[in-house]
Amino acid sequence: MKKLTRRHLEELIAQGLMYLSLALVAGSLGWILFTIIQRGAPALTWDMITKTPKGGFYLGKEGGVLNAILGSLYLALGGTLLALLFSLPISLGLNMYIPRKSRWALLVRSVLDVLWGIPSIVYGAFGFTLMLAMGLRASLLAGIITLAFVELPIMVRAMDEVLRRMPRDLENASYGLGATRIETALRVVVPQMLPGLVTAVMLAFGRGIGDAASVLFTAGYTDRIPTSLMDPTASLPLAVFFQLSMPYPEVQKRAYAAALILTILVLLVSFLSRWISARLSRYSIK
Amino acid sequence: MAQALQESQKIDKREARKTLASRQRDERWASIEFRALSTLPAILFGVILVVLLARSWPILQQKSLMDLLLGDTWRPSEGQFGFLPFIAGSLWVTILAMLFAAPVSIFCAIYLSEYARPAVKALIKPLIDILAAIPSVVYGLWGVLVIVPWVQGSLAPTLGRWFPFLPFFNSSNPTGYSILSGALVLAVMVVPFIIAISYEVMRTVPRGYLEASLAVGATRWQTMRYVVFPRVAGGLIAGVVLGTSRAFGETMAVLMVVGNNPIIPHSIFDAAYPLTALIANNYGEMMSIPLYDSALLASALLLMLIVLLFNVFAALALRRATAREEA
Repeated sequence: MKKLTRRHLEELIAQGLMYLSLALVAGSLGWILFTIIQRGAPALTWDMITKTPKGGFYLGKEGGVLNAILGSLYLALGGTLLALLFSLPISLGLNMYIPRKSRWALLVRSVLDVLWGIPSIVYGAFGFTLMLAMGLRASLLAGIITLAFVELPIMVRAMDEVLRRMPRDLENASYGLGATRIETALRVVVPQMLPGLVTAVMLAFGRGIGDAASVLFTAGYTDRIPTSLMDPTASLPLAVFFQLSMPYPEVQKRAYAAALILTILVLLVSFLSRWISARLSRYSIK
Repeated sequence: MAQALQESQKIDKREARKTLASRQRDERWASIEFRALSTLPAILFGVILVVLLARSWPILQQKSLMDLLLGDTWRPSEGQFGFLPFIAGSLWVTILAMLFAAPVSIFCAIYLSEYARPAVKALIKPLIDILAAIPSVVYGLWGVLVIVPWVQGSLAPTLGRWFPFLPFFNSSNPTGYSILSGALVLAVMVVPFIIAISYEVMRTVPRGYLEASLAVGATRWQTMRYVVFPRVAGGLIAGVVLGTSRAFGETMAVLMVVGNNPIIPHSIFDAAYPLTALIANNYGEMMSIPLYDSALLASALLLMLIVLLFNVFAALALRRATAREEA
C-alpha cells in the first residue's frame, strides 16, 4: 500500500475542493435551467408567442407577449447594428492604423475596459438624460441608442481580441503585393477573421437582448408592436419583471413563460454563433 | 459556379480600373476616419462623466459630500438624501457574494486549466458559456422561485437557531428577500466571469515550468502552490476585483430578491437596498420632489466612480500579469 504522505493528502483535498466547486457550478446551472423549464413550459402556449396582450391581459385574461418578443428583437438588432457601425472601424483602427504599443492604443484600450465595466443601469440613467436633452420620449430609438452604448465596448473588446490573432504574414503578404491598408483590412483581414468577428457580434447581441436595466427608462413599455422608431417598445426582460410583480398567479405564470422564451432566445443566439463561426471558418486560411 | 466566376471577374475589372491616386485617396480617408473613430470611446466616457456631474451638481452644491455619503436617512420628500443605507446594502451583498464566488471560481479555473483532460474541458467550457449568457432577469426569477423560499424556509431559521450568538445571523426579517438571497444569486452570476479571467491568467504560465516541477516529483497541487500561484496571484486578484465590480453594478437580479428596504442592514437575513436598485426603482418617473432627480443621478455617478476605481486597479494588475509573459 502506498503511504499517504502529507503532500498526497493535500493533493486529495485540493482535488476534492475542485470537484466540489465544479459540481456547485454545474449544479446551479442545471437548477436554473430546470426551474425555468419546469415553471415556464406549462405556461408557454402558442398564444403566448403569437398574440399581443389583449384587454385584461394583466388581470389574467388572454393574449401573449409577442409585443415583447418583437420589441426585444428590434431593440437588440438595432443596438447591435449601431454598435457594429462603430466597433469594426475602431477595432480595425486599433490593430492596423494605430501602432500596437503606442500610448494612444493603450489609452483607447483602457478607456474601453472602463466603458465595459460601467453598469448598464448607469448607461440607462445616462441614456434617459440624453433622451430628454434630444427631445425624445421613451421610444425604440432611445432604447436602441442606449443599448448601443452598452454593446459597443463588449463588441470592440471581443473584436480586438480576435484581430490581435491575425497572422502577420498574411497581412504582410497583402502589403507585399502592393495593397493599401484599407484594402488589406477589407479584403484580407476581415474575411480571414470573419468567424471570430461574427462571434463578437453575436456575443454583443446576446448581451443586448437580455439587458433590462438599460432599456428600463429609455424604451418604455407598451402592449402594441412598435411601427416606428418613435414608438415606445416592450422588451422580454421587462415583460418578465413587470408580470412577476403582478399579484395574479395567471400573470406570474406568464412571467415564467416569458423568461423561458428569453432563455431559449439567448441560448439559440449562443449556439447559432458557434455554428456560423464553425461554418465560416472553412474559408479561413489555416 | 460560372456565375460566381463572372461576378468575381466583374469586381476584378472594377478594381483594376482604379488608379493609384484614387486608391491612395481611399487610404487617406480611411486612415483619417479610423483614427478619428478611435477617439470615440474616450469622448463617450467624457460625455457620460460630464452629464452625470452636471445633473448631480444641484445636490452636490446644497449638501456637503459628508452628509450625502454618511447620512443614514433617505426621505426625499423631506429633503433628506443619505446614501449610506444604499452604499452599505451594495457592499453587504457584493462582499458576501464574492465570499461565495471567488473560491469556487478559482478552484474551477485551476481544474480547467491544469487538471481537466481536453475532452472534459470541451464539455465544461460550453456549460460555463451558457451560465454567462443567461440574462439577469432570468437569474432574478430563479432567485425569487428557488433561493428566496430556501432562505426563508430553511437557511434563516436553521442558522438563526444554531448560531444565535452571531449577530449577523440574527434577523427579524421573516421574508426570504434578504442580503443572503441577493448574494447567492449574484455569486452564481459572477462565477463564469471570474472563471473566464482566472483561466486566461493561468494559461499564461509557460508549460515548461509545470513540466519541470512535475518532473522533479512534485504533486500537481504542489506545482500549483509553488510554481503557478506565485506567477498568477496578481492576475487572480485582478479577476476577483473585476468580478466584484460586476457584482456591484448588477441591477435587475439583485433588485428582485434583496428586499429593497432603505435601512442599514445588520444581518445577512436583513433586507437591503443596493445603489443600483435605488436608481432602477425610482428613476425615470415624474419627479416633482426637488433635488430627487439630482440625488439619483448623484448615486449613478457614485456607482460609476466606485466601479471605475475597481476596474482601473484590476486592469492595471491584469495588464501587468499578462504582459510579463508576452515579453
